Amino acid sequence: MMRTRARTFSRPMMITLGLAVASVVAAGCSSSSNSTQASGTSPAGQTVPTAHLPVLQKIGKGEGQLNLIAWAGYLNPLWVKPFQQQTGCQVNAKYANTSDEMVSLMKNGGGGQYDMVSSSGDADLRILYAGDARPVNINLIPSWKQFFPAFQSPPFNTIDGVHYGVSLQWGPNVLMYNKKDFPAAPPSWSVIYDPKYKGKVTVPDNPIQIADAALYLQKHKPSLGITDPYELTQPQFQAAVTLLASQRPLIEKYWALASQEIFDFKNGNAIVGAGWPYQVSTLRADKFPIGDAIPSEGATGWADTWMLAAKAPHINCAYMWMKYISTPKVQAEQAINYGETPDNKLACGYMNQMQAGSCALYHANAPLAYFHAIKLWKTPIATCDNGKPDCVPYAQWVSAWNTQVK
Amino acid sequence: MAVTEAAAPAKPATQDGVWSRVSAALWRRPWARATLLLTPPLAWFLLIYLAALVVLLITAFWQINPFTTNIERVWSLTNFQTIFSSPAYRQIILRTVVIAAAVTVTDAVVAFPFAYYMARVASPRTRTALFVAILLPLWASYLAKVYSWLLIFTHGGLLDWSLGKIGLSQVHLIYTNWAVYTVFCYLWLPFMIIPVYAALERIPSSQIEASQDLGARTWRTTRLVLLPLALPGIVAGSIFTFSLTLGDYITPLLVGGTSATFIGNIIYTNIGIANNVPFAAAMACIPIAIMAVYLLAARALGAFEAV
Repeated sequence: MMRTRARTFSRPMMITLGLAVASVVAAGCSSSSNSTQASGTSPAGQTVPTAHLPVLQKIGKGEGQLNLIAWAGYLNPLWVKPFQQQTGCQVNAKYANTSDEMVSLMKNGGGGQYDMVSSSGDADLRILYAGDARPVNINLIPSWKQFFPAFQSPPFNTIDGVHYGVSLQWGPNVLMYNKKDFPAAPPSWSVIYDPKYKGKVTVPDNPIQIADAALYLQKHKPSLGITDPYELTQPQFQAAVTLLASQRPLIEKYWALASQEIFDFKNGNAIVGAGWPYQVSTLRADKFPIGDAIPSEGATGWADTWMLAAKAPHINCAYMWMKYISTPKVQAEQAINYGETPDNKLACGYMNQMQAGSCALYHANAPLAYFHAIKLWKTPIATCDNGKPDCVPYAQWVSAWNTQVK
Repeated sequence: MAVTEAAAPAKPATQDGVWSRVSAALWRRPWARATLLLTPPLAWFLLIYLAALVVLLITAFWQINPFTTNIERVWSLTNFQTIFSSPAYRQIILRTVVIAAAVTVTDAVVAFPFAYYMARVASPRTRTALFVAILLPLWASYLAKVYSWLLIFTHGGLLDWSLGKIGLSQVHLIYTNWAVYTVFCYLWLPFMIIPVYAALERIPSSQIEASQDLGARTWRTTRLVLLPLALPGIVAGSIFTFSLTLGDYITPLLVGGTSATFIGNIIYTNIGIANNVPFAAAMACIPIAIMAVYLLAARALGAFEAV
């Protein structure tokens, strides 16, 4: 039974609708957008928009608050509480799960919402060239002089001699395995591509995972000629994506949150996979038989920086945090609790005091060879290191991950 | 004894004049009264809600700089072309719509007998108790409910344990689309029961008696009298279940596996992670278009009519 109704608009409706249309049009026309950038994607030739901003000359009185974007496990009360007591700066944590999230948060909260971000190498350049970070006066951070030379002014947080943050710690993406199913550590990453473990493998839900596949192919398919897992030509990139697509039926779940991977290992949903030392430490603390290894192909990794936001509202507290987190004792605490390698040379002694043998376990005094075996995250860009524009930029990594792999 | 006195204190003449003039003017122009009343909520709705949506959706026609992810105001339809020409995205859209439809049908089938019992059979006390039972989960946080299902479905979790107790083998439901479907059915069931209850409650029992007097038995009465009268309520409830499933991304993220990417997940990863707001906006236009069609169909079926 169709009911028809005479659709007449009464006068008040007409007036308010008229106001409505006018306001919507006005809003649409005056929408603010970020500054437009030239479409050239090469950083060579681009400048950091905030390079000219003045740096703080002296750390003043704390503002009482500090808003930090951090990886899970980086703001453990063990070292945050003493900081809050010493400086009076209350730390407000915002946890992010991927580098992409950090770039996005800094962009959208860079308008004075967050003070610092513990970004990894693959996020740093994107944050810098978008103008979301500001220069740091490295002389206000005395512990910086105790850092390993490789981390004092690394290319991911220092451009043309200007520092935009202070290096924090670094670590590998390890192969995690359940000791009950693997009595001995698997010697190769091939175990996560093995159909024998169908339904029991887990890897991060992160487009940068393509680099792990490329690292694997660097050793197992030398004919492809991969030299840097973050600089892939189209055929190399396609080979890595194909490998990951073939891995998909083996994957139970691509973990998006560190807590998901911990849950899956604990409940037997996964027995082998790629993860961070944070998950390993947490599972170990719960007495779970978890093992971790860096197989023969090497591993990808990350080097983190506490980067200063361009419009940081609590700049004195931010500098106090940078000073605090760089000191050897705090570096040792974080290294042991998370399972990563500190950038401060003097942390080693403190680490062995807190936990015997931890300095060697977390490679805090490792030779340069270890450093070179870990391929640190960096943003894939179109220009390869040899200057040719053949390489696949990150935006394609994201779309390939979403459409071809997952 | 008459004690009441007209206790009207003498008002200053000017105050009396202004207010009474305004009052009289409004009295004579009913449209002005209505406009005055409607403008604040409508302004809020339009400026804060619609305008914000328009600003976001306009970016669907723009692009981003791939390196810095800043938005470039270059008008083009590239984002829409990417979505419709890629089989992966088409599959994601299809999967979202199919699961949303499945959840809607399941919830309608489950809710109908429940609502019928509540509306027409239960005593007032039972009805109150049932209402509490339905509405109480809505007070629990969304995440708490989804995580509980995670614990039920997980390898060696509550479901496996129960099946083991009655001698059946374990089922593997976690991180599958079945888990996503089940959790959605559970989450939106209250939103389906309430409108169906409201529709069933309004049906006069005289209609059912008349149908029975004319010789129709239970199933025929249900099919020819009850269902058509309750249909507006079912359609109203289905708007909730369909649209909520269409836009959700948290349940597929937590409970879904490798093939549980929904439209919402693509939007989430593009806004929050890849910072490709234009692409996310283009993707967001799709559920809006689907819901517009759905709402028009719902209106034609009488969901918005007050009986």
